[in-house]
Amino acid sequence: MSLRANARTFDLARNTVRELNAELHHLDPETSHYWRIFNPKGRHSIAAGLDADATVEIAGNVGYYCAGMNKRATVLVKGNAGVGVAENMMSGLVHVQGDASQSAGATANGGLLVIDGSASARCGISLKGADIVVKGSIGHMSAFMAQAGSLVVLGDAGEALGDSIYEARLFVRGNVHSLGADCIEKQLEDQHRKQLHALLERAGIAREVDIGEFRRYGSARRLYHFHVDNASAY
Amino acid sequence: MSDYQNIPPTPPRFSATFDEHTLAEIRRAAATGIYDIRGGGTKRRVPHFDDLLFLGASISRYPLEGYREKCGTNVVLGARHARKPIEIKIPVTITGMSFGSLSAQAKEALGRGASMAGTSTTTGDGGMTPEERGHSSILVYQYLPSRYGMNPDDLRKADAIEVVVGQGAKPGGGGMLLGQKISARVAAMRVLPEGIDQRSACRHPDWTGPDDLEIKIEELREITDWEKPIFVKVGASRPYYDVALSVKAGADVVVVDGMQGGTAATQEVFIENVGIPTLAAIRPAVQALQDLGMHRKVQLIVSGGIRNGADVAKALALGADAVSIGTAALVALGDNDPVYEAEYKAMGTLPGAYDDWQDGRDPAGITTQDPALAARLDPVLGGRRIANFLSVLTLEAQTIARACGKSHLHNLEPEDLVALTVESAAMAGVPLAGTNWIPGKAAS
Repeated sequence: MSLRANARTFDLARNTVRELNAELHHLDPETSHYWRIFNPKGRHSIAAGLDADATVEIAGNVGYYCAGMNKRATVLVKGNAGVGVAENMMSGLVHVQGDASQSAGATANGGLLVIDGSASARCGISLKGADIVVKGSIGHMSAFMAQAGSLVVLGDAGEALGDSIYEARLFVRGNVHSLGADCIEKQLEDQHRKQLHALLERAGIAREVDIGEFRRYGSARRLYHFHVDNASAY
Repeated sequence: MSDYQNIPPTPPRFSATFDEHTLAEIRRAAATGIYDIRGGGTKRRVPHFDDLLFLGASISRYPLEGYREKCGTNVVLGARHARKPIEIKIPVTITGMSFGSLSAQAKEALGRGASMAGTSTTTGDGGMTPEERGHSSILVYQYLPSRYGMNPDDLRKADAIEVVVGQGAKPGGGGMLLGQKISARVAAMRVLPEGIDQRSACRHPDWTGPDDLEIKIEELREITDWEKPIFVKVGASRPYYDVALSVKAGADVVVVDGMQGGTAATQEVFIENVGIPTLAAIRPAVQALQDLGMHRKVQLIVSGGIRNGADVAKALALGADAVSIGTAALVALGDNDPVYEAEYKAMGTLPGAYDDWQDGRDPAGITTQDPALAARLDPVLGGRRIANFLSVLTLEAQTIARACGKSHLHNLEPEDLVALTVESAAMAGVPLAGTNWIPGKAAS
């Protein structure tokens, strides 16, 4: 019998997020776990701080910081996600089947965030090594000061993409409204195609898209050192 | 013979507006085209604790016997919501200073000294090092806009979490760490290329405003199972509203940092022209807590220019629960020590004036990542010096409190104070010495 068939269910209409997280934080480390959460109704911090071999399936919309600082766990949101989904994620997988609000994947260090719909402003802000795949579009100031990791966007990107970016890799298939300070388009070479293919494969959509349609963006590295001639860019 | 020969010579007159420093700064700006960056807090003269005096006991007040009668110094922080509040033995903590801005030896020394004194030390904008955690019995983990090094494991290892909204040297500004100090280890901890001039964000990446902050604090509590006290630190600019909003957002402890508080590196124009003095921030902060019925329930920590036990006692008398030290702790470790005079002179400065902490060439081995310079600082000896200094601060504050008849430092009150200047009387809300006049209030 599958793990899902034996899933533990938890109804947030009957119990609190505190009670849920307390249980999720003390799972037996020796076994795998599958939890199904009902009636999230936009509550905040659902499944935040997990560090376990666990899959948590949430049936509905979640509020702020769902799966915040996630480690190892898989969190599936069968709905929309509020601000800061998977913020500062360390590892694991967070999959939002709907849209995501602002700051999706903010400062995330590792793991994969997949958003089936669109993400609002500041998607991947201060990204530190995680990978984000957005099947729809992203809002303004996404990947602001992004340091490492990848952001893949199948749709369009809003204003000031990658402003003050460090070493994160950006791949956008649609239109980019504008690039932020020190973010430039770069050649999509074979090594980048391989990276992109691997990312799309992890997101389960490698066969659905043509890698050749993407454009690559990254840091011009002109702002890495303070210089008088760059003053207007800061 | 002309009468002109008998006219007394007029000595050269320098402008008060275009003084020596101002002229030099104009020339420097013209030569470089970029603003000056330095470390430390404001150097301008501002109303401060020196402008206040205690009214020792006499006939109308009864003093406590020095060295014999007890004068308590302990403080409990975080009992409002945290399952595991922290108790510090003295009302003086070590403020947040990053590994990166400081050497690993300096961070270790601060941890050792604070632990010996029974108080806390604080990480900074660069994450938590094993050395610091290992040598700090009570460690506050800063949660900053940059989120450098932030991870849930260290969050759970911390004894408290401090959400940093701003600091007194630069309210509204982000940090910076110049390339000289982005060593391989610092770069790895911050996930940055080695040797770049690092700019920190000034706003948190995933919340804006007090309503969001409330949800963010709740998330941090959830991740740590509601164990850790949550501090909120603000730079002093609008302390009444910032403290009130921090309390509303769920803070257990609010830290208010005045403009004398130091920074590792920021623009001089920012340090000297943004924010308000520590003295001006305390009473509005306390008033906000009192108006909400939260004074002593949400603890107030004040920092920025605390140098001796008198400053500690005055801050507590004005309503703070504890103070934090940063610059004074670095001086206790050896910063700006005359023993390095030759090296300071070689850098174009003098002991007591050295503030190029951003350059990483600190001869005292404190504000540097140069291995040879950092090795000059013995963390064991440095820890002893910190503990000694903290002990003196406490003993001095107790001396004053006993003279005022107080059996605990927290029993000091504004009524124990007078001011030497109209400005300080207005800011501190205490009478001008020898009068019953508090500017802005009707005489009683």
